[in-house]
Order: sequence, then C-alpha cells, then structure tokens
Amino acid sequence: MRNRKFSRFAPPLATASVLVLALSACSGGSSGGSGSTSGGDAASNVDGRGPITYVQGKDNSDVVRPLVDKWNAAHADQKVTFKEQSDSADQQHDDLVQHFQAKDANYDVMSVDVVWTAEFAAKGWLQPLKDKTALDTSTFLPATVKAATYNNTLFAAPVSSDGGLLYYRKDLVPTPPKTWDEMMGMCSIAKTNNMGCYAGQFQKYEGLTVNAAEAMNTFGGKIVDDSGKATVNSSESKTGLGKLVEAFKNGNIPPEAITFKEEDSRTAFQDGKLLFLRNWPYVYNLASKTDGSSKVADKFGIAPLPGMSGPGASSLGGHSAAISVYSKNKATALDFLKFLTSDEEQKFFATQGSLAPVIGNLYKDSALTAKLPYLPTLLTSIQNAVPRPVTPFYPGVTKAIQDNSYSALKGEKSVDQALTDMQSALVAAGAK
Amino acid sequence: MPGRESADRKQVTQGRWASMLLLPTLILLAIVIIYPVVNAIIMSFQKDAALNPTTGLFEEGGSAGFSNYSDWLFQQCSGQSCPPGTLGSQFWSSMGTTFFFAVVTVALETVIGFWMAIIMARVFRGRSAVRAAVLVPWAIPTAVTAKLWFFIFAFEGIANKLFGTQILWTGSEWPAKWAIIISDVWKTTPFMALLILAGLQLIPDEVYEAAKVDGASTWQRFTQITLPLVRPALMVAVLFRALDALRMFDLPYIMTQGANNTSTLSILVVDQIRQGFNSAAALSTITFLVIFIVAFIFVRFLGANAVGAATSSGRK
Repeated sequence: MRNRKFSRFAPPLATASVLVLALSACSGGSSGGSGSTSGGDAASNVDGRGPITYVQGKDNSDVVRPLVDKWNAAHADQKVTFKEQSDSADQQHDDLVQHFQAKDANYDVMSVDVVWTAEFAAKGWLQPLKDKTALDTSTFLPATVKAATYNNTLFAAPVSSDGGLLYYRKDLVPTPPKTWDEMMGMCSIAKTNNMGCYAGQFQKYEGLTVNAAEAMNTFGGKIVDDSGKATVNSSESKTGLGKLVEAFKNGNIPPEAITFKEEDSRTAFQDGKLLFLRNWPYVYNLASKTDGSSKVADKFGIAPLPGMSGPGASSLGGHSAAISVYSKNKATALDFLKFLTSDEEQKFFATQGSLAPVIGNLYKDSALTAKLPYLPTLLTSIQNAVPRPVTPFYPGVTKAIQDNSYSALKGEKSVDQALTDMQSALVAAGAK
Repeated sequence: MPGRESADRKQVTQGRWASMLLLPTLILLAIVIIYPVVNAIIMSFQKDAALNPTTGLFEEGGSAGFSNYSDWLFQQCSGQSCPPGTLGSQFWSSMGTTFFFAVVTVALETVIGFWMAIIMARVFRGRSAVRAAVLVPWAIPTAVTAKLWFFIFAFEGIANKLFGTQILWTGSEWPAKWAIIISDVWKTTPFMALLILAGLQLIPDEVYEAAKVDGASTWQRFTQITLPLVRPALMVAVLFRALDALRMFDLPYIMTQGANNTSTLSILVVDQIRQGFNSAAALSTITFLVIFIVAFIFVRFLGANAVGAATSSGRK
C-alpha cells in the first residue's frame, strides 16, 4: 500500500525504461562531440616511419590487395595493413567518423569520398598536405585536386576520379548530340521507336544532387561560389534546372525516371527502353556484355554529356586518400599516397578495377585506351567536371539541392520557387 | 525474544544478499542505459559545433539552453523559419507521417491479426504447420523485408506486372505510403496474431458451451465473451505494436529514403546525426517523450498491462 502512488506510474515507467534503450541507441557514439578544434597535431610525427593501416570500403574488384602486397614486398619495415570496410558509403563515413572521434592512431591512411573531404578537414582530422607532408599535384587533373582542396589547402591525394558519360543508341542516332537542345530535338526518334528519350538518376538521393548540379553547372550556374557562399538562385541555374523540368513535363524524360537510381536507369537502357542515358563509366562494361544480359551490347556508343554549346559540366565523382592527423607514421603514410598516385599503380587501378585515373597523361596511353575505350570521352567529361560543393556542411547542402529540385521535377513547385527555397536552405545549412 | 532477533538478523542478511546479487545488474543498467541517456540529454542542451570562418575549423558551440528543442518544435533555423529542403522544416510533417503510419498499420494489423488468430485457434489438421508458416514474415529481418518489397514495388517490379499497372510506387506520395503500410502489415501481423492467439487460448471452452446452451449467436459470443476476455492480451499486443510503429525506420528508409513525405521521426533523427549531434540528441529526446506519452496513455487509460501482475496487486 505504501507504494500505491508509485505503483500507478510503475507500468508506464517500466515501459519507458525499455524505450530509453531506443533513445540511447540514437545518441550513442556521439560523445566526444563534433568539432574539437585542436584535434590532433598536424606538426607531430611527420617524420615517423613504420607500419601503417590503410582503410577503404569493400575491395570488390580485388585491386587493393595486390597493391598492398606489392608495397609490402618492397617495404618490409613499413608494412601496410589493409582494413576493409563495408560496401555502403554511409557506413564507411560513419566508421571513419567514429575512429576520428576516438583519435584512433590505427587509421593512418583512409580512402575518402570526394564529398567528405571538406567535412573531415574542417573537423581537424586530416593532415594538411603541405610543408613537410606536401604532395606534388602538377600531373593530376585539376578538377580532382580542386575537390580535395579545402580552405586553399590540399587535404587529400586524389586516387580515382569519375565523371558522367552520355550513353546513346548509335543504331538509331548516328552522331551523338553535342548540346542539350540538340538532344531534345532527337527525341522524336525515341517516339517513333516507342521508347523513352533521356534519363539520368532522379530519385531523391545523392544521384539527384549529381544530376541537378550537372544541369545547373552546364548552363553556367554555380551552387556555391569559391568562398562557399550560396549562389544558386541565378538565371543560369534557372535555365539549367528548367531544362530538366521541361523534359519531364513534355515526356522526353519518361515519368518513371523519377524513381531511377544508377542501376534502374542502367537496366532500362540495357533493355532498350532508352535512347539516351546519363550514367557513370561502370555501365560501359556491363552494357557491352554479350551474354544476353544487355540487349544493346553492340548498339550503343558513348559521348561527353551534352551542354549548352559544347560538352556539359559533369559532377565529379571519385575517391581520395587522406592521412589522419593522429597517425604516428606520417612519412610512411605520405610515401604510400605517392605510391597510390604513381603512374604504374594508377594504370593498375584502371585495368583491374575500371577506376578512372587522376593523372591526365594516362588517358592518352594506348595500352590503356585499348582496354578501356571510353577513356578519351571520360577525359573530356572530367576536364569539364565541376566538383559538388566543397563544404563541411555537405549533408545539409545536398539535402537542400535534392529536396527542392525533386519538388521542381515533380511539378510541385515552379523552378523559380525551387531555386529561391534552395538558396535559403543552403544558407540555413551553413553556406552563407 | 531470541526468536524475533534471529528472524530480524535473517532478514538483514537476506537484504544484504539481495542487494549484492542485484548490484551487477544495476551497474550494467547504469552503463548501458542511464549513462547514454543522461549523456544524450546533456548533449541536447548544447549548441552544435560552428565553423570559424577564419580558420575554417569547427569550434564547440557552448550551452544552447532549450534552443535545440524550440528550434525543432517551432521549425526555426538560425532565428528564421526553416526553408523547404532543411531537416528543420520537416519536423511536424514527420510527426504527422509517424502517427499516420502507426495508426493505420496498427489498426490493420489488429483486425487481420485477430482474424488469423481465430483461424489458428480452431482445431484442424495441420494447425501447427500453419502456425509455424505464419511466423515466417516476422522471422525475416526488417531490412531484408524492406529490400524485398522495394523490388516488388519497383516500376518494373512484380506489383506493377501482376496488376498491369504503371504506378510509380516509390515516386509519389500516396502509393509510397501504401507500399510502406502493406510491407509493414505483411511483416508484423503474425506477431499480433500470435499474441492474440495466446489470449484466445486462455478462454475456457466451457464458457462458450454455456453461452451456446443459452442460445447466444456467433456474433454475440464474439462480442460478449471473446472480446472482453481477450482484451488484456489484445491491449498488450496493440501497445507493443504501436510503440514499435512510432519508431519505424527501416521500411521507409530503405523503400523511399523518406522521399514523398514518408519520412518518420526516426529517419529525421538519423539524417540529423549527419548534420549535428546535439540537435539530433534533442530530436531523439523529443521522439522519446512522444512515445512515452503514448505508452503512458495506453497503460493508464486503456488498461494495457505490459508489466504483469505486480501492478494489479498494487491497485487492490
């Protein structure tokens, strides 16, 4: 009886304590917090040599292991251990964040997606590649260096690049379109063949940011300027995004493309349901397969993305390798970066893993282009590529782009309104 | 009185023993529950790290008071109303979506689950096989279920092929919502059915026989006997499902990634974690409070007794 008052509340409290688990799961792992300003010391251990660990996502095409073996054979006292993460980009990101927060000295070199570099650099987790740890970038493609640079400092070594390509049906369109309007003019061919004309990736996810940014950059728009200020609400961006919206409206982009990610759009093209497709180079090998999985194996060609008057501006993909400030053996780590970006290893990346090299000259290497015929076209794409906004607030920035361009594509918002909202959302996200 | 004394001593020793035995559990609870929760609540009162424009580095934000909470509740982003395309602008719509999913899925699951339980309660050949088969959807991990239904509802997927439709299941609001509801109902109705079945089996057959003798119709037997007697079990089942549904994450996240107004509070929390931990801590605390209030209402006013007999004796 004495606990009467309490016992009335006991059942909800007991239920609550179970729920608390859910809450604690939500917030777990975040102690140590975001943004300790000091971080590790960029000046320490720069001469340190010894064994290091290289961290990267799942090594699906078996490129990293042979490279690491090769390195280890030559550097017995500075061995590299390869730590493989999952193959989900989000999980790789979160794994890196957790190890950085724990100031883990065991993650010496890690593979960083181009859109993460600024965030990690601003948190003070990446070793700036200057002074004693400087890296010569003169042979690299400029866009890849730009994507690895934050606050006028290089924070990572570009290792693999990526750019969008236009896949087209050469049996139906003998010469690929050079401009967007030219391409839209060819859509009557698609109609007579009872197929969709053009598609990219328009589901609301990172791929939409890529596609929307390409449309806006191609027509001269800029999402953020060089100082990181939001400048998306311009007449150029309006034209670019407007072109996509218009194509959705008049059916040149089939309505189902609003649900497309990379793989859905690739399948649609391979099944002969699309005349033009914007996608990454990985599609080339899969669409060329003659085992019956592709109905267009010998009927398609590749071209640079169509632009306003010449090639369009692709969004830049790819990965860089960065050194952790907490690493104890930064000299070895730097040597390993140089090793990863050397001509020979870059060639191996290209032939073994179909990863686009970051060194311009390799695109003219005849042995490489024989194996990877898309390389010259890809070079045009990367030379005209614009990195997605290099900002530590990237998650908020990409959300602002996705949400508002998605509404515009679906016709829920005018292009004007979408860009006004996108601008305010970018500012709210931190791109002031 | 020596007898009394030894009894007292016995009680003291027993009490000491009890606390000794409970201690490891209490320590464990403190580590895995109390510490993270207290930590989360402390974090929710701190500002997210801000970028110092001159160094380009993040700096700790300091104390935030209740601003993290009020920012969510009033959808404020740095002093202004949050523009579309920010997480802040989606708080109330996510709250609405969360409750919409919870109410619709739990209602459907209760009705269908009841129906399945009544069938399984009958005596027929192969009953145990049916009971085992019904569990299959519940046994499959939710993430796998979500991926499965994602493929079913793809534009070129089975659902459209089967019905000869061209619905963009994951590309427009209501089809996307229904796709998620259908998947959730498919997955969790078995759980409901089994809990209700357990309740049904506690009702003695004699009650039904007596009612039959008195000339009660099937409907009367259902409303006058089955419903009231199965009510305690039913309420617990509904409570569990409702709390689960309010935390729904995997299904919408994998099927639509929260597009087309299918973002739940849990999705919002996870998205916010990528942008700032302290605001995320505030949001997860709000989510917790919301679920707590729902649980409280269920237990207090609808009589769902999830913690067993301890309370009913307390109430006497």
